[in-house]
Amino acid sequence: MTTFWPWLSLAGLGAFHGLNPAMGWLFAVALGLHSQSGRVVWLSLAPIAIGHAISVATVLAVVVAFGSTLDPNTFRMAAAALILGAAGYSAVYGHRHRVRIGMRTDMAGLALWSFLMATSHGAGLMLVPAVLSLCLAGHASELAMASSLPISLAAVAVHSGAMLIVTAVLSLAVFAWFDLAVLRSAWINFDRLWTLALGATGIVLLVQ
Amino acid sequence: MATWRPDPSFYPSPRMAAKAPKETLAYVAAFDPERKRPDAIAVVDVDPASSTYSQIVGQVDMPNVGDELHHFGWNACSSCLCPNAPHPHVERRYLVVPGLRSSRLHIIDTKPDPRNPQIIRVIEPSEIAEKANYSRLHTTHCGPEGIYVNALADRDGKAPGGIFLLDHQSFDVLGQWEMDRGPQKLAYDFWWHLGHDTMITSEWGTPDTFENGLVPEVLLGSKYGRRLHFWDLHKRKHLQEIDFGEEHQLVFELRPAHDPTKAYGFVGCVISLKDLSASIWTWYRDGNQWAVKKVIEIPAEPADPELLPPVLKGFSAVAPLVTDIDLSMDDRFLYVSCWGTGDMIQYDVSDPFAPKETGRVRIGGIVSRATHPKAKNGALSGGPQMVEISRDGKRVYFTNSLYGAIDPQFYPEGIDGWMVKLDVADGGGIAFDENFFVDWPKGHRPHQVRLEGGDCSSDSYCYP
Repeated sequence: MTTFWPWLSLAGLGAFHGLNPAMGWLFAVALGLHSQSGRVVWLSLAPIAIGHAISVATVLAVVVAFGSTLDPNTFRMAAAALILGAAGYSAVYGHRHRVRIGMRTDMAGLALWSFLMATSHGAGLMLVPAVLSLCLAGHASELAMASSLPISLAAVAVHSGAMLIVTAVLSLAVFAWFDLAVLRSAWINFDRLWTLALGATGIVLLVQ
Repeated sequence: MATWRPDPSFYPSPRMAAKAPKETLAYVAAFDPERKRPDAIAVVDVDPASSTYSQIVGQVDMPNVGDELHHFGWNACSSCLCPNAPHPHVERRYLVVPGLRSSRLHIIDTKPDPRNPQIIRVIEPSEIAEKANYSRLHTTHCGPEGIYVNALADRDGKAPGGIFLLDHQSFDVLGQWEMDRGPQKLAYDFWWHLGHDTMITSEWGTPDTFENGLVPEVLLGSKYGRRLHFWDLHKRKHLQEIDFGEEHQLVFELRPAHDPTKAYGFVGCVISLKDLSASIWTWYRDGNQWAVKKVIEIPAEPADPELLPPVLKGFSAVAPLVTDIDLSMDDRFLYVSCWGTGDMIQYDVSDPFAPKETGRVRIGGIVSRATHPKAKNGALSGGPQMVEISRDGKRVYFTNSLYGAIDPQFYPEGIDGWMVKLDVADGGGIAFDENFFVDWPKGHRPHQVRLEGGDCSSDSYCYP
């Protein structure tokens, strides 16, 4: 049971990203509307999920590679500092950055866009505490590279899978049934929630 | 400050924006051509149910004199809902107000009291010169990367003019927008097709050729702007130039279709050197290139030379001088200001290559001096100029001054400012609202109009 919650939080974070219009489903709907094609909405899902998965996988790989050279306590502190740094960046800059991908993007551009969105949100960093607890579950005191790798890969799969499912359901449902006027009231400030979540996670990790 | 929900004035599509509530206030740039007293943003009551309808109910004066307020815009608009670069929780709250002559930029807060806006920040020309290398600030648009402001000259008052970016929350100058400007040198207006990742810019001239009025030799030598430039909006790279040819001078206001799936728009050309006519051109996508086609030609009107200013006497005709155009939110009606003859013409542009005239009114004009039912003293000076359309397309507002140094070249007896309103009939047709006439206070002349909550030249959209 102790290893159930980390997996659930990985999936929950993926679902949260899937829910956020700024992370992909809305782009998929817009591309579908521009080409008047539900097929384009379907096709857009893969690059969005792949870009996101590559971003979180890269961050996790770097963190775990470094982490395995540190003792768990130092690693925890370093991860907390990184997450708080991401929260600070998010609070100061948030959505304001260079726009590289436009509405005429191809699928590779869409994957790059999703990668950049996930990276600038600090999506991968947010998974560190869950992965850390999973990696330490079997080995009371130290991170072993050998067991961390499959756990991290599974974490990326669970997280991105949950994100993909929510993104797919939302984009296909909105494309098929809803008017985008719902955005005017339903688009709550996910950025602020995300910044608060990053900050809270960093602090919990720090004082744990 | 960020909000929890999107600003209620943001609409995903032009179709939805057309259902927005009626505006109750208009913000109007007003400048002193003598450059003795500060320019101002005036607040005009446009709510017919109000006891102060058609009156100036508020005003914010600039801190300096001689800015020449001209065009201005909002810090944020419906493009904040775009999926590729979302900023949905920024408020549409601040007016970004450049001085065309001073190169000073004013940020004005309309929130605490929309009738009593306040200046919250002034960005001095030296800061813009240092960070973006530009001067003579002209037009602003809210867009994917923040606030875009264009400038007619570099910091030394020479070519090239171009665009720079401002942060839409901190209002810090972020720097020059162009990464590869190709052959572009002159600047005037800019806007974009968000659905086609394309920026379009037009041309006027360098400050030495307009700050003391239009120079006849430059005009007759076809040295003023006559080109359109097409850019990759996100790579910030020049892609294509279209030259309208020696005959056409002053290619000004750009009005792309609001529907982001459509790849066409309209631009006005002020004057033809051949016959003084004005023209409207449609730009459109032709294979992998952009192309243009002249779709409207408005001829000059023969006139008694006695009634004409020196610049037109030799021609015995009034040039229409199309100095502004505006496209309704549904991309159906194009309004064309003929500042010379005094006509405001409405065209049905449902077929952008075959416009049909659907309405026309006349007010002011170099020769006609046509009046308005509510004007007290008959003959009016100036002519239809900056025109703005309500989001629902039912009301059209316009003012009568073009530019301080050019006004007396065409209206040597001076221009007394006014602002009027047209009511638009369903299916086309325009008529003056006989109860709306703002007899502008002496000492100031009105220029661009912005409507509360957005209008037809303030917002761009990412969804059809």
